[in-house]
Amino acid sequence: MKSLTFRHLTNGVVTLLMVLATLAVLTPLGLIFLHILKMGLSSISLDFFTQIPKPTGESGGGMANGLFGSGLLILMASIIGLPVGVLGAVYLTEFGSGKLATAIRFSADVLAGVPSIITGMVAYSLIVVPMKGFSALAGAVALSLIMIPIVLRTTEEQLKMVPGTLREASLALGVPLWRTSLKVMLVSAAKGVVTGILLSIARVAGETAPLLFTALGNQFWSKKLTEPIAALPLQIFNFAIAPYEDWHKLAWAGALVLVCIMFALNLGARMMGKTQRLN
Amino acid sequence: MNAKVSLENMSVHFGGNHAVKSVNLDFPANSVTAIIGPSGCGKSTLLRSINRMHDLVPTARVSGRITLDGKDIYGAGVDPVSIRRTIGMVFQKPNPFPAMSIHDNVVAGYKLNNTLKRSEADEIVESSLRRVALWDEVKDRLKSSAMDLSGGQQQRLCIARTIAVQPEVILMDEPCSALDPIATLKIEELVEELKEQYTVIIVTHNMQQAARVSDSTAFMYMGEMVESGPTKKIFTNPEMKQTEDYITGRFG
Ligand SMILES: Nc1ncnc2c1ncn2[C@@H]1O[C@H](COP(=O)(O)OP(=O)(O)O)[C@@H](O)[C@H]1O
Ligand SMILES: [Mg+2]
Repeated sequence: MKSLTFRHLTNGVVTLLMVLATLAVLTPLGLIFLHILKMGLSSISLDFFTQIPKPTGESGGGMANGLFGSGLLILMASIIGLPVGVLGAVYLTEFGSGKLATAIRFSADVLAGVPSIITGMVAYSLIVVPMKGFSALAGAVALSLIMIPIVLRTTEEQLKMVPGTLREASLALGVPLWRTSLKVMLVSAAKGVVTGILLSIARVAGETAPLLFTALGNQFWSKKLTEPIAALPLQIFNFAIAPYEDWHKLAWAGALVLVCIMFALNLGARMMGKTQRLN
Repeated sequence: MNAKVSLENMSVHFGGNHAVKSVNLDFPANSVTAIIGPSGCGKSTLLRSINRMHDLVPTARVSGRITLDGKDIYGAGVDPVSIRRTIGMVFQKPNPFPAMSIHDNVVAGYKLNNTLKRSEADEIVESSLRRVALWDEVKDRLKSSAMDLSGGQQQRLCIARTIAVQPEVILMDEPCSALDPIATLKIEELVEELKEQYTVIIVTHNMQQAARVSDSTAFMYMGEMVESGPTKKIFTNPEMKQTEDYITGRFG
């Protein structure tokens, strides 16, 4: 009898510890979200989405250029990074078994672990310095360097999960390996691949450090890809450290929008992952 | 004898593992040849060397000669893709493309190669499905997923997909081992009919099946071709002791 009560007691204690641990994980997230919601909701307005920042001293204005800039940077980074990541993964799964493949995997893992400020410095020295100026292009390259390893490794994992019998079925019909890789294997893994892509976009959408000395940011609409461009995280950073109450409010609004975007991207990725069905 | 496919001193190595050992065997045109033997004796390995499926296995090495209509299929300048178009294959586990409809599965060989002519698609689908006696069962749901079919129907769909691209030889690797007896019977009937138009090579570990469907039978044991000949002779009056032991169920 005694040992049974002891067991019940142990059970209770361990369960309590697990509940506490779960709370410890959820609490900071909840606090962050509630705080941003409280501060951001009161400052958000239609102007935030339609206006560009007002000159110092004037009140009002928004971050329309930052939203557009972030969107454009992500689009450009995707155009550069997604083909490299996805096709790289196809290469690794279908054709890569030698030293080169091992080297690529290792590099991707290292690249994924490189602090993003260093990625920014690399893009700075590779693009900003030779082109003699900060630019949207440099920002996009920096972001794509962050996306590539994420997309590469998630796509590779997804491709590995596609049954090899499908590859054989296609090859046996007289379909060349490269067509098989793209039209059977990649298509079968499509949902998982899209999940990985969404997660990589969520990751770079909030990146500030690599943009500091590449895209740089500005207070107006950019006209060229070879000029600096605004980005939401940069604008939040600049506005938050400025000594104006109005700008702080805009920064909070920006933070709320950014968090919502991340939330939506992660949710989208989760839903994609859920509906994934392979035979 | 008019051999459609012929193996001359054919060996397959996986690294240091000699999986198929110097096999000589002719597969006559328009007939069914069964390859029997205990599990692991190299039946699949032999079959897969005939449509160059081992090309994708880095450790695999095929030596000797395999000819199709007298031409070496491993010869210099021979495209394995074109070999696989002429020599189709049906696998052990039905493997329709899960993302495709029944209709698209039948014409998958064309679709994946971008060679499908819209005007011909429906005709190819109907005639291929009729050939495998699946048309009446699926004609009202061609657009639904191939995964909704039963295992036996899926396997017949895979055969339809194979004959849709008009091969000359059809390789079958234990095509009934994942199926129930009724589905198995349907496939066996189908194999009988297929030989009118194709050269069929079927691997099976089921000796009754070999006896029922094949014209010739080849018995393999531990990578070697022990004996081959007319099915009737192999099953009633084998020359080798090993063959007799195997078909009488004394081992394997
Ligand atoms: N891809 C492969 N890599 C290495 N060894 C293999 C491979 N495929 C088959 N083998 C080996 O070849 C031998 C014959 O296998 P298999 O042809 O599958 O036999 P069966 O089809 O008669 O059961 C086995 O020893 C097996 O381990
Ligand atoms: Mg086998």
